Amino acid sequence: MTMIYTRDYEIEKEDFVAAGEVSARIKNKLKQLGVAPALIRKIAIASYEAEINMIIHSYGGHMQLDIDEDSIKITCADTGPGIPDIDLAMQEGYSTASDTVREMGFGAGMGLPNMSKNSDNMHIESSPAGTTVTLKFQM
Amino acid sequence: MEKYFHSVRLEKEKCSGCTNCIKRCPTEAIRVQKGKAKILKERCIDCGECIRVCPYHAKNAVTDPLSSISQFKYKIALPAPALYAQFKMINQVDKVDRVLSGLKAMGFDDVFEVAKGAEICAKAIAKELEKPGNRPVISSACPAVVRLIQVRFPELLDNVVKVDAPVEVAAKVAKEEFAKKNNVDISEIGAYFITPCPAKMTSIKSPLAKEKSDVDGAISILEVYGLLTGQLKSADARHFDGVKATAKGIGWANSGGETFAVGEKNALAVDGISNVARALEDIENDKLKDLDFFEGLACVGGCVGGPLVFESAFVAQSRVQKICDEVGFDESVEEQARAYAQSGVAATKKQMEAVDVMKLDDDRMEALRKIQKIEELVQKLPGMDCGSCGAPSCRALAEDIVRGHAQEMDCVFILKEKVRYLAEEMVDLASKDKLSEDETE
Repeated sequence: MTMIYTRDYEIEKEDFVAAGEVSARIKNKLKQLGVAPALIRKIAIASYEAEINMIIHSYGGHMQLDIDEDSIKITCADTGPGIPDIDLAMQEGYSTASDTVREMGFGAGMGLPNMSKNSDNMHIESSPAGTTVTLKFQM
Repeated sequence: MEKYFHSVRLEKEKCSGCTNCIKRCPTEAIRVQKGKAKILKERCIDCGECIRVCPYHAKNAVTDPLSSISQFKYKIALPAPALYAQFKMINQVDKVDRVLSGLKAMGFDDVFEVAKGAEICAKAIAKELEKPGNRPVISSACPAVVRLIQVRFPELLDNVVKVDAPVEVAAKVAKEEFAKKNNVDISEIGAYFITPCPAKMTSIKSPLAKEKSDVDGAISILEVYGLLTGQLKSADARHFDGVKATAKGIGWANSGGETFAVGEKNALAVDGISNVARALEDIENDKLKDLDFFEGLACVGGCVGGPLVFESAFVAQSRVQKICDEVGFDESVEEQARAYAQSGVAATKKQMEAVDVMKLDDDRMEALRKIQKIEELVQKLPGMDCGSCGAPSCRALAEDIVRGHAQEMDCVFILKEKVRYLAEEMVDLASKDKLSEDETE
């Protein structure tokens, strides 16, 4: 028996006021679910980075949380402008963030590396029409 | 021992059933049911926020009466540094001496400053910071913050420094020194904390990081305030015979004092329980991983802002600062503290455990179903977070309903809707009745 729970959250471009709210909601759901604290921490970090990335770099999009019996999946799909060079973006310290964003304390070039480090599996697909990052976690 | 001993209690007669406390509780541990507040034991962290916000003073903290010290043959007072800041003592440079000798005059055989325990802790924490491990290291000094972590941020428990709280260390050292000096048995000595804080009372009754506390009781600063004020004026002996704490220990009464004593530059001190919760949220998201030390204190201003004190936090804060300037530093006292820290007296013995209050069900599938049900209910509820149902928010009511502790009709808006519906039904029925009567005629 597999029961799939799905929840969709909208992420708006440059919505710094709400930054972190979606990942906080996801985190609280996982606490209610009774997911192990260490795993919650990893998901919290990865989903927070993903959310911030979408706010800073994308034209906006959706974050979707899927839970089934033994795994958690977070899919972040935006509507562009895409990551030109994924390998480069995966390098620690590489960032295309603007000075304004850096002044806000973001854009250290650790987003994607941290997401990858804290998830069991990360998959990126990108084109100018949008990027989809899929993060998977085993319970 | 009770699993959930709590110092913070409700005086039912005084409670008006308003929504002030339910809205301010950092762990959503209060509900109003049948017109009276009710504290949910497993969630309460004894921070005392509700004591502060209750306009009817219906919340209070249970502490030990001064008379309880007579249980022991030998009694030692362990004054919190916040105590010194409760008295004006303008133009007097021997403030600490007066307070300490005043306490002795009240019936204690000896006085050992918690500030001295704090100095030992500071050295032990500095040592811990040299080791690699999770960052930031989180202070264990504030028991309400540690409980907040247990309840809301269990994944950060590993970051909490494995050093005991100053009062515990003070009690242990005070008893050892007293027993040795006077050649008496430790079991004959009672150590009493003079406390600004209900959470400390709780951690004495059900300790966080050990099986049994070395502190035998906690007497609130408010309880001794009147009596001690008199002693300060009359005490002939204005000199305290014994080693006193330095500014580094006394400074712990203020937010940031611990960080200063530990000597960690890459640190952050946050005060006020809701601010601390937000900072812990940031730590949880790894936004502060470059930070080495985090000091979080539940009360605004630090321990000086505790619910059991007489003086306003801001007045007390400035007095602590002055006292620290007057007392100054002393390398020989610090050396002694370092030696004690090295002996391991401040090391915690027990791993702290998470308190599972957020989980909806042991069965994950069932928990998922409940999450879905909560979301459906949240859609249905008005979203005004008015608190009339007795829960702090519509979402909290939805959770309560799913957990079986409340029902939809507790929401006044849903109730109103239902009443309107029933009224329409009745009108409808009545007119049908009329119609059938007409037909039979």
